[in-house]
Amino acid sequence: MSTTNMDLLRFATAGSVDDGKSTLIGRLLLDSKSIFEDQLQAVEATSTSKGYDYTDLALLTDGLRSEREQGITIDVAYRYFATPNRKFIIADTPGHVQYTRNMVTGASTADLGLVLVDARQGLTEQSRRHAVILSLLRVPHLVLAVNKMDLVDFAEDVYQKIHTEFTQFATKLNIPDLQVIPISALQGDNVVNRSEKMAWYSGPTLMHHLEHVHVASDRDLIDARFPVQYVVRPKSDEFHDYRGYAGQVAGGVLKPGDEVVVLPSGMTSRIAKIDLFDKEVTEAFPPMSVTVHLEDDVDVSRGDMIARVKNAPEPLQDIDAMVCWMTTTPLKPRQKLAIKHTTRTGRALVKDIQYRLDVNTLHRDQETKELGVNEIGRVQLRTTVPLLSDPYAKNRATGSFILIDEATGVTVGAGMING
Amino acid sequence: MSQTHADYRLSQLDQLEAESIHIFREVAAEFEKPVLMFSGGKDSIVMMRLAEKAFYPAKIPFPVLQVDTGYDFPEVLATRDNWVNRLGVRLIVASVEEALANGIVVDDGKTSRNRHQIGTLLNAIEENGFTAAFGGGRRDEEKARAKERVYSHRDEFGQWDPKMQRPELWNLYNGRLHEGEHMRIFPISNWTELDIWDYIGREGIEIPSIYFSHQRRVFERDGMLLSESEHNSCREGEVVEERTVRFRTVGDLTLTGCVESTASTIDEIIAEVAIATVTERGATRGDDRFSEAAMEDRKKEGYF
Repeated sequence: MSTTNMDLLRFATAGSVDDGKSTLIGRLLLDSKSIFEDQLQAVEATSTSKGYDYTDLALLTDGLRSEREQGITIDVAYRYFATPNRKFIIADTPGHVQYTRNMVTGASTADLGLVLVDARQGLTEQSRRHAVILSLLRVPHLVLAVNKMDLVDFAEDVYQKIHTEFTQFATKLNIPDLQVIPISALQGDNVVNRSEKMAWYSGPTLMHHLEHVHVASDRDLIDARFPVQYVVRPKSDEFHDYRGYAGQVAGGVLKPGDEVVVLPSGMTSRIAKIDLFDKEVTEAFPPMSVTVHLEDDVDVSRGDMIARVKNAPEPLQDIDAMVCWMTTTPLKPRQKLAIKHTTRTGRALVKDIQYRLDVNTLHRDQETKELGVNEIGRVQLRTTVPLLSDPYAKNRATGSFILIDEATGVTVGAGMING
Repeated sequence: MSQTHADYRLSQLDQLEAESIHIFREVAAEFEKPVLMFSGGKDSIVMMRLAEKAFYPAKIPFPVLQVDTGYDFPEVLATRDNWVNRLGVRLIVASVEEALANGIVVDDGKTSRNRHQIGTLLNAIEENGFTAAFGGGRRDEEKARAKERVYSHRDEFGQWDPKMQRPELWNLYNGRLHEGEHMRIFPISNWTELDIWDYIGREGIEIPSIYFSHQRRVFERDGMLLSESEHNSCREGEVVEERTVRFRTVGDLTLTGCVESTASTIDEIIAEVAIATVTERGATRGDDRFSEAAMEDRKKEGYF
């Protein structure tokens, strides 16, 4: 089995503490034969020494000493498994205390969000909150897995009630694709194999859905965006005049001959050629890392953006964004922070905090003028450098930024630019 | 506009390559003094290839660092030299034996040379003033590594604090450092063992001969097949015999076991890895067996 031509799907898991998330991940890994004998033996040995009468699959995913001591997941972990057509990267985000910041971290790169609910509990505040965060982060596909169906006698009406309730709630959110699947992670029903006990369910199994969900069209292939990351200048005899602009395509399709503009200078030129290592390519699209050459000797450096002449982002210094705050010291007006957007870095001043979003009720609290840890709000920023940005809803790569505390150097905020 | 989204598809291996190259360029652009940790093993060879691609046709804009235990396989050192010469990069060798002789690390007679690499590496990073050190660690290798960020912050003692990791969002990496701190960078975090072999096969690049099946004089210890050598004498009851073997990982030869195998081409290795029932580290690395958190504990001290 070679992975060379496989597809890739990144998904983030969410769910509260006892909804069986670790069991489900363990089951996906186990049934796709991604757990090795030595790993399983280690987990069995630890389960036995802890006095459990079952193999605790959560031990597979809790990788740190302090997590195993407390029996909780502290931080996002990334796991891998593959089926014959697709490789999967799971961002395993903990349902515990620091939920929002970890969810945002895991969801920022995800194509699909997987929210687990306990069939006995139905929708909880936590499941709604997770769906809200996934929709804010514009994760294009959402799966609601109704777990522990074995504990409600695999009853269709339990599933239908949760299905209806969630579909109604989802109309208030931006969720382009929703799939609801009844499962039992513990017994393996509808995870990889179809459940005979739920003959009333005619949809796909979870694994089938993960394998077949269509993600290729989730990228913006219309608006060409190329943030310049690094200027390649060999200065060797052989490549004396070589001057290439290296970067990762953030949107659209670039082709030799395209008329382009370099921002923020506004100079125009044409793409002369595009290199992918030692080969020339006829086009480049996201997420390719390539080197672009221009016909004219214009001044281009890291932090600049190459776009199409008639379709370029506006350089903005006044930024309106949703910000998720990730540290215990609150975000307040007049605060100054470092900002990183594409390959640009600068400083940002908090002009105003318009409202704090209650992710449980979607209520906009305009009274509170600060954001605490794990809170999300609408924030106005003034930046020292213009950001060459698009609305996050249009392009996740050019619509996102991070905020850094200049004293500690720690990443303290995640931002999504409003359109 | 006859093309559809399906025409703009990148395979998962191409996506991983694009992501890794983006990370290499980001570090080269933002850090003052990066270095690439290069052992000559398969993962660091893939790293070297990715770095070559990231800056082509310019040379790799940073040196490479090998921490030499003194117990390295000669075939691996030969491959290391070929790569360094072909790409024209500067090689810095940090020697565990020299570090022991200079008292930078202390031999208590019980500690393995693998652990002695920690002090030797940290000393080399400090002496050279490196602010970023690329490593070939993969998250699929080990459960503590599954938690590691692509940019992994190290304090001025070289320590990793898994509870204080910076959140990593989108592809916006934060490389801020204070004086004396450095960052460990893991561009191939999202690759699996199988991806590495597929890439080596696809790129047709040189790897040490000991990854392929060969005859070797070995003895069994703790369920592993270890090489006979002057650094590794047999204990009572251990018998040296010739077997047909290959290595899944390379490291200190006193601790790195081989597996019985007849796989003599990349395709045969890929077929073997695809159906392996034991992880590469579980099969062949003595250094992970000290405790359940052996890797985490070493990483906290500064191991890569």
